[in-house]
Amino acid sequence: MSTDGSLSAGGQAEPDARAAIPGFRVARSTRMHLYVLVVSLIIVVSLVSVPFWAQVGTTRTLITLFGLIALAQMWNLLAGFAGLISVGQQAYIGIGAYGVWLFADEFHLHPFIAVAAAGALAAIIALPIAPLLFRLRGGYFAIGTWVFAEVIRITVSNIQATGGGSGKTIVSAALLPIDTRIYGTYWVGLGVAVGSILIVYLLLRSKVGLALTAIRDNDLAAQSSGVNVFRSKLIVYVVAAFGCSAMGAVVALNLLRIQPAASFSVNWTAFAIFIVVIGGLGSIEGPILGAVLYFVLQQTLSQYGSTYFLLLGLLAVIMATKVPRGLWGLVVARWDLHLFPVRRGLVMSEPSAPPGQAAAVAKEPGPTAKPA
Amino acid sequence: MTADTKRSTVVLETEGLKKSFGGVQVIDDLTLQLHEGEALGIVGPNGAGKTTLFNLISGVHRPDEGRVVFKDRDITHLSRQNRCRQGIGRTFQIPKPFADMSVFENVLVCATYARGAGERASYQRCVETLELTRLTGLANKQAGKLTLLNRKRLELARALAGDPSVLLLDEIAGGLTEVEVEELILTIRELHAEGYSIIWIEHIVHALLATVDRIYAISFGRKLIDGDPSEVMCSDEVQACYMGGTPI
Repeated sequence: MSTDGSLSAGGQAEPDARAAIPGFRVARSTRMHLYVLVVSLIIVVSLVSVPFWAQVGTTRTLITLFGLIALAQMWNLLAGFAGLISVGQQAYIGIGAYGVWLFADEFHLHPFIAVAAAGALAAIIALPIAPLLFRLRGGYFAIGTWVFAEVIRITVSNIQATGGGSGKTIVSAALLPIDTRIYGTYWVGLGVAVGSILIVYLLLRSKVGLALTAIRDNDLAAQSSGVNVFRSKLIVYVVAAFGCSAMGAVVALNLLRIQPAASFSVNWTAFAIFIVVIGGLGSIEGPILGAVLYFVLQQTLSQYGSTYFLLLGLLAVIMATKVPRGLWGLVVARWDLHLFPVRRGLVMSEPSAPPGQAAAVAKEPGPTAKPA
Repeated sequence: MTADTKRSTVVLETEGLKKSFGGVQVIDDLTLQLHEGEALGIVGPNGAGKTTLFNLISGVHRPDEGRVVFKDRDITHLSRQNRCRQGIGRTFQIPKPFADMSVFENVLVCATYARGAGERASYQRCVETLELTRLTGLANKQAGKLTLLNRKRLELARALAGDPSVLLLDEIAGGLTEVEVEELILTIRELHAEGYSIIWIEHIVHALLATVDRIYAISFGRKLIDGDPSEVMCSDEVQACYMGGTPI
């Protein structure tokens, strides 16, 4: 299920502190994570190869899935870890769509490089916006993000240079050779999806991740533990702006068309919330699972029109009330399974603790600890 | 002991603290000093303002008036996380574990962020803290699944992991069985012996008497009396306050 290809950077099942500190070591991953890495790499490589054997329609459809995965990862990073319930991520999706047009058509960057530039633009915009929005709490924050998105949408709709309400065609991308455009967009989209998973994974594995997980579990206790909550949330907000923008840019390249009503549509955030609620908040696996599930539902049932939307709504209500931790939450509750090695297990190796206790630790490997 | 502590340096001090919520004056002109290495017990009836006092010291609330001085530095306007980093560790009366993280990870958060240290550089500190609080055997257990005693221990472990010079313990023995209280007393006495400066709010008087050097009694946000533990508990002021008489 996972498309993570990052484990090679993180070191496999190796103790982090064996040499420095005798008596114990801290295990960051287990043997299982090696298999997960192998499977992830196989999935990523097969996805990379899709354009070589599949139909053009398949690549275009898969780009939708990649967009959903990236969007869900970013929204989950905001809501699931930093407690930032944003209903305004469409602001950055739209900035991405207009950014890729701006950099490709106006500044003559290569359209694929313009995707990264659009991401950077969103991050730069997010930096001063974040402290303003953070002054708002809970529901007010949510509304604030939406207002910000609407302000940008209305502004863009009223500027002649961006095509006003009818939008623009991304001419430079349309002029690319068709294979370059379709396959290139596909690979860039795959890159954005895998990149979004990777960046969340790397964040969580780092010291910042320790703070984010603590904030997720208890904001107040995190502050009293010396965690700079503001800075952690700022990092998350800026990263999410970058990710959503890059995702919006890919979607724009896929459609070749940008338009304020579509690019800044609140539906984007609604999809993200749906996916994360179904999949499971506060994990890396949940949003991937939710995105795939939503994608499958969309592909198989969207022909039924309003019945399809009723079904989605019903599913969301049932999940939110009966399974608040999502499908991945069920998996964790049942099997204590964590596909991504972001946890830290303590393994006592010598009786620096009384022997009984050391044995107890070895017997209880916990989420990631590998018995010695 | 009282003579000794008076001569030693003051590590934490509140000067004329006042705090009201709505129309209720919760803390009214409270001045107290904590000496280096001293264990100070705080008693008072429910609603006397004990937890609010901790909230003012640790930065959850800002006082309406008065100052909080830590190591000769005015920290009244310092944020909560910065007070923690300066060396004020606290436990919460109602434990607030990071429920989905392991016990070890809980302690690691504090060991890294409260000390401003790197993650790997903090492992040693975590293991030491877990040993001290008798949580080593539960290191990989999910914190949300701990029993009350172990949650209380985890509160203590997190406060300690930040290498504080002052420990604020808020009813850490509350709700525990007699045997568990005895165990906790041993741990806190160990900490006291190691030289931590401690302020301990507690209703379980015998636990305080067994541990602290001095007791400071408050009522309606004001100081009643402070001094030798048994003398304070036997004083007319405290007796009157607890037995329903009017506080002075």
